[in-house]
Amino acid sequence: MSEVLAARARQVTRSGDGKAPIDCEKQSVAGSVSQRACTFCGSRVVLYPIADALHLVHGPIGCAVYTWDIRGALSSGPELHRLSFSTDLRERHVVFGGERQLTESLLELIERHHPNAAFVYGTCIVGVIGDDLPAVCKSVSEQTGIPVIPVQSEGFQGSKKQGYDAACEALLALIGTGDTTGISTHSVNILGDFNLAGEIWIITEYLKRMGVEVVANLTGDGRVADIRRAHGASLNLVQCSGSTTKLAMKMQAIYGIPFKKVSYFGIDDMAGALYAIAEHFKDPELLRRTRELVAEEIAQTLPVVEDCRRDLEGKRAAIYVGGAFKAISLVKALRLLGMTTVLVGSQTGTPEDYEYLTELCDPGTVIVDDSNPAELSTFLAEGKADLFIGGVKERPLAYKLGVAFCDHNHERKLPLEGFIGMANFAREVRGSVCSPVWQFAPRHQSAALGTDKEL
Amino acid sequence: MVISNAPRALVDQDRAPSRQPSRSTSTTNACRMCMPLGACLAYTGFEGTVPFLHGSQGCATYIRRYLISHFSEPMDIASSSVGEAATVFGGEENLRTGIANVARVYHPSMIGLASTCLTETIGEDVPAMIARLRDPDEGLQATTGQPVPRLAFAPTPSYAGTHADGFHAAVAAVVKAYADADAAPNGQVNVFPGIVSAADLRHLNEIVGAYGLPSALMPDYSDRMDGVTVARYEKLPAGGTTAAAVAASGSALASITLGGMVTPGVELAGRVLAAHAVPHYHLPLPIGIRLTDQLTDLLGELSGRAMPEWLVAERGRLVDAYIDAHKYAMDRTAIVFGDEDLVVGLASFVAEIGITPVLVASGGRSGRLAAEITRLNPTLEGRVEVLDDGDFTEIEARASELKPDLLIGHSKGYPTSRRLDIPLVRVGLPIHDRVGGQRIKHLGYRGAQDLLDRVVNTLIQRRQDTSPVGYAYM
Repeated sequence: MSEVLAARARQVTRSGDGKAPIDCEKQSVAGSVSQRACTFCGSRVVLYPIADALHLVHGPIGCAVYTWDIRGALSSGPELHRLSFSTDLRERHVVFGGERQLTESLLELIERHHPNAAFVYGTCIVGVIGDDLPAVCKSVSEQTGIPVIPVQSEGFQGSKKQGYDAACEALLALIGTGDTTGISTHSVNILGDFNLAGEIWIITEYLKRMGVEVVANLTGDGRVADIRRAHGASLNLVQCSGSTTKLAMKMQAIYGIPFKKVSYFGIDDMAGALYAIAEHFKDPELLRRTRELVAEEIAQTLPVVEDCRRDLEGKRAAIYVGGAFKAISLVKALRLLGMTTVLVGSQTGTPEDYEYLTELCDPGTVIVDDSNPAELSTFLAEGKADLFIGGVKERPLAYKLGVAFCDHNHERKLPLEGFIGMANFAREVRGSVCSPVWQFAPRHQSAALGTDKEL
Repeated sequence: MVISNAPRALVDQDRAPSRQPSRSTSTTNACRMCMPLGACLAYTGFEGTVPFLHGSQGCATYIRRYLISHFSEPMDIASSSVGEAATVFGGEENLRTGIANVARVYHPSMIGLASTCLTETIGEDVPAMIARLRDPDEGLQATTGQPVPRLAFAPTPSYAGTHADGFHAAVAAVVKAYADADAAPNGQVNVFPGIVSAADLRHLNEIVGAYGLPSALMPDYSDRMDGVTVARYEKLPAGGTTAAAVAASGSALASITLGGMVTPGVELAGRVLAAHAVPHYHLPLPIGIRLTDQLTDLLGELSGRAMPEWLVAERGRLVDAYIDAHKYAMDRTAIVFGDEDLVVGLASFVAEIGITPVLVASGGRSGRLAAEITRLNPTLEGRVEVLDDGDFTEIEARASELKPDLLIGHSKGYPTSRRLDIPLVRVGLPIHDRVGGQRIKHLGYRGAQDLLDRVVNTLIQRRQDTSPVGYAYM
């Protein structure tokens, strides 16, 4: 812990140490190599999976380059979201303004691709050079007849959280503009699921079997027309609580739609989510079908989990993912595999999330909000982690230290949601933790020789 | 985004399509990265250096993720995390705090600073801030006791150029700040390699060293971006060009800029040193026999030595391999895309094994690409199209008309390769869909040998896979 910068000390805590609550929802400290991204990133990830919309990044080229088809958000139809569109601002635009470039780009791309809506993302310099994003969007919308929605996602505004909020504002501009006739009373919207590796299709299949209609997948395999009629659903399911809770709250305020926070990771939370949905609709038949479904799925999943558990019992895991709800589910899922958690971090949790995590975890578990490679490596070593669960930025850190890795971020190609996802997770974790390659890693070699007391 | 800024003569009238794709206002699927990315990569190649972006947090994080996916190595990039208040009132406090924090946690020998779109646009005067940081009375050390490490600064707003420009700006910033014109004459050869793989950097060191010349690659990230597994995390992994070598560059025997013929600004560092009377040579990236010969000839001249025997043997084996393979390559065509300096070398290489590079495309915009390709390959005159400042929409449009046998370039060409069913030979950066991007060999006779095998085997495999006979003997 010696390396924790003084200003950041309260962004780290330990379960059971009785310290003051963790600091979170703060801007990253200058000069710490944060694992976090920016406001633009937050907006881009939430809206990205709307597959029949044009996503135009208004700014110099970098922001569009680094978000080109990097996420595993799949579409069952159009794939416009997988292209990277940029106004590619140059020096002359910075000097004279980029509004004309934006207008011409929008008209050109809308004519070329015929999207059902367009989202225009503001990057850092847009406001600084004085471009009036809403005005341009309004004018192009009038000319083209499709919704053209400004997303005020200038990167400097803060962390991803501010970007989530900007994305939710953009979604609210679409919601409520479609016809809701014919929507069943047993109907939901799915919020905060990004359809990574086709995960949303696992969930919608469960809902179908239960007899629940899905009106809109707001953030995964999304379609403009569905989102426009999302206000006709009876219930909002909010996963990845960090990104879309505010949207759910606003939909509740505006349209009176209640919401439930759910997690689809792990057997417990997946089953819990389905039962919560079933109970909401107070329909005995629906509840019966849900029970059957859960029993059937668990019967198929448990043997895999049991099998993997034999190899994983007693192993130690570190979790550093975006989203506190995901972190909480992972702690439980790892427990099911016989593993303990030595580090949990979520980057974007709220005080309540961290309070819950502190209660859930074993005493001594390190709990962090924002962190950096220097700290994470110390925590990995101190906690003698056998497995690191994180995103692509954390992967080389784990590997460099000879620690197994599970990608639980937006680039994953393996579905981890649902009951089948738990089986996949168990196999993935076992495959990496039990790989023969670790025997050659220095930390295992020195441990075997008993030469390195610190690891 | 213009098809060919080239002299008219360059465009083959027979091949030129009747309808050229019209100029786009916007960019779709860019074939380049941003300036700060190049700067961060360059700084990583100096010993004990932490790259530091003065801008909002996202830039550093995106760039880390992008480079990590290519090199499979941890990569730390610090950020001044400029927020809303700093955007309005100026980011000096963020920069100062950031530098102090990096200095305290990393104990770097240098912090490599680069600006971003945001801080350039709000008009941050970073050199003045650096001067204030170092002020004996009000600087960081005076006010906090924190010694200030060496600092280099390159202005790198994304709108002003490409990652290649950012890379060279950072190298030049280091040389400008720390090359010592008064250092004792040391016989060192400064090599400015540009953006090449870790394996290439190692090989360049080996080649220059084989002529008995102490080489200083600037930068050299071969160890830091292609390192070994460790028991304990090293915040600053070992490796990189030493401060001593940078200082010595000011009175070196010679400087060699590789690839500096194309991208304006690339030869910046060499020019700085030329002002210190260090002779400066510009060569294309040594890809293929002819361009590698240019380098080995120069090294022979500088050292007064003949080509080392192992290199003679490598060259000899390569000629032999060219001959063995030529019938698989003849009458074939390829589209080459990527960084300007790289595509010049690759176009020359494929041309000398008998493959016509029907389109050479880059997201760079030096305007010198076409002229350089024909200068080095007069036989390509009239047989090659050049696309400057291009994106993959344009490359794909041309590819669907030109119907080449091969695409040669980085991973971002994969969607095009897949849609058009044209095999892709992966070279350059980024390699995001294969392991080993950091180990791809492009340079020297050895690099050409690898490229030859991969290119020709890809052609053979395609022929084999599409053959109704299914020969196991090609």
